[in-house]
Amino acid sequence: MDMKRDYYEDVQLFTSPVVIFWFSALIGALYLFPLFAGNYYVYVANYIAINIIVAAGLNLLVGYTGQISLGHAGFFAIGAYGTIILMIKAGFPFLLALPCAAFIAACFGFLLGLPALRLEGPYLAIATLGFGLTITQIIGRIEFFGGREGLHAPDITIGPWVLDTDKEFYYLLITLTILLLFFMRNLIKTRAGRAFIAIRDADIAAQTMGVNILYYKTLAFAVSAFYAGIAGGLFAFVLKFIEPEIFTLMMSIMFLAMVVVGGLGSMMGPIVGATLLCWLDLKLRNILDIPYVGEWLEQLSRHWFSITGVSNIQYIVFGSIMIAIVLFEPLGLYGIWIRTKKYWRTWPF
Amino acid sequence: MGFSFFLVDHLSISFGGIKALQDISFNMNKGEIFSVIGPNGAGKTTLFNCISGLYKPDQGNIRFKGNLIENKKPDTIARMGIARTFQNIELFSHMNTMENIMLGRHIHMETGLFKGMFMWGKSSFAAREEIQHREKVEKIIDFLELQNIRDKFVGALPYGTQKLIELGRALALEPDLLLLDEPCAGMNSEEKQDMIFWIKDIQDDLGISILLIEHDMKMVMDISDRVMAINFGKQVTLGTPEQVQQNKEVLKAYIGEEN
Repeated sequence: MDMKRDYYEDVQLFTSPVVIFWFSALIGALYLFPLFAGNYYVYVANYIAINIIVAAGLNLLVGYTGQISLGHAGFFAIGAYGTIILMIKAGFPFLLALPCAAFIAACFGFLLGLPALRLEGPYLAIATLGFGLTITQIIGRIEFFGGREGLHAPDITIGPWVLDTDKEFYYLLITLTILLLFFMRNLIKTRAGRAFIAIRDADIAAQTMGVNILYYKTLAFAVSAFYAGIAGGLFAFVLKFIEPEIFTLMMSIMFLAMVVVGGLGSMMGPIVGATLLCWLDLKLRNILDIPYVGEWLEQLSRHWFSITGVSNIQYIVFGSIMIAIVLFEPLGLYGIWIRTKKYWRTWPF
Repeated sequence: MGFSFFLVDHLSISFGGIKALQDISFNMNKGEIFSVIGPNGAGKTTLFNCISGLYKPDQGNIRFKGNLIENKKPDTIARMGIARTFQNIELFSHMNTMENIMLGRHIHMETGLFKGMFMWGKSSFAAREEIQHREKVEKIIDFLELQNIRDKFVGALPYGTQKLIELGRALALEPDLLLLDEPCAGMNSEEKQDMIFWIKDIQDDLGISILLIEHDMKMVMDISDRVMAINFGKQVTLGTPEQVQQNKEVLKAYIGEEN
């Protein structure tokens, strides 16, 4: 083990040239990916990247600050609607509309954070759930927001470029995702991040050490909502069309599942959690495409698990995988990663 | 006429029908070690919770450096210079020792949301501030001899060590008044001896006034400048250790009645 010589080593991101090398390789691979991948896979990557952004934001709230939210689909919807409305009705350019919409989501996050000062655990879950359900109802009733008809996303132009294909959009999306993850990581490592974790671990001690709970709890909600808002704004352009029915309670729960399955309170957790669950979600929709067992699973679910005779095996497989991960590794996928790393470091002992 | 450094004036608080504190009054001078003794449930920790702003007293005032603090929020009181430790350890169990004590620097640091997010490289504001305050924390780690557990997560450390880290965290706040709630509970005699030296050092070298709750009578009598005994939320006696030791009611409570 090498000795630390500098306090900056405690907080710096790249601790050795090896890390820098692998990190650059990963970033390079991400940028080269669309050159080799087909359109469908680029679409999948976009879908995953958006979910990573939401999961990272939700992780700040659930994993680091110890609050819960079942209303993140609401912030996601605000981001999506806000971006499109600002572009269509107010003529904002995309790169301005996106942060503005996310800022609106953050304001709602701040407001939702206020009851969180009094509520905990299941009570907070219900309060946020109410928010998530209400917001889509309100959007659906207002004609200005497209009502039940929904809204079409306009083309994105950034300077001279028009981003109208998934591949072009991918570059924008991956850049934003990497940037937002860096921001999150820095935030967690510095003063505000420590205050969040302190509130989660021992809120009374945090208060008596000078942490303003009111400020930091609402800040966690606002930042988390901002991330969801950005992701929502981007999602609108992946789908090209949005309607209130997209932003369901199921979506909020999936966001939460990504964070829990990935590993609460870690930087890698939301990344791997979102990647795995999105990939599974897309794969299991076409259960018959899975070689050998696909057809058998389909039959199984039709005969035994379904009342209506419609195949629902994807939910069952999906649920079983989530239960297995949480059961065998309470720290989520991140916990498996830590154990593997420890194993190889001490190998062969 | 100057005001006293720290003053508790006719403090009362009750929970439902139980009068946890009744008419408690005392004052502390700067640089003093003032101990509060009393049987379990006498209201000692309730007194601490009132001072650090976790409970709002029903009646009475608490005055610190001339300002009334009894209606202020805990974080405001911390900013004014009062730090505390807890009887049942309240550490941030998923942080390491360094980070736990770093949280004590919270009120002395400025990095917020944006400055934190923009910690790009060593010359950024957040990184410079982080380095500067980690140096200060390292001094506390040296002082309390915690070097070997600097990067360990505190959740799994022995009880006595956790108590020390709590003390370190409180010291990092650079308080003028330090509230110690049973700092020696659960320690062996050697650890206790060390703790006594540290408390003396904190008083002598750092000039911090200490309000102490402790059950170990020998320790209380050794290090305190003055002692207050309370029972059932009421003040029994207040005076120098010798005076308190001779008080009949204190003797009755601690040694038993002689017939």
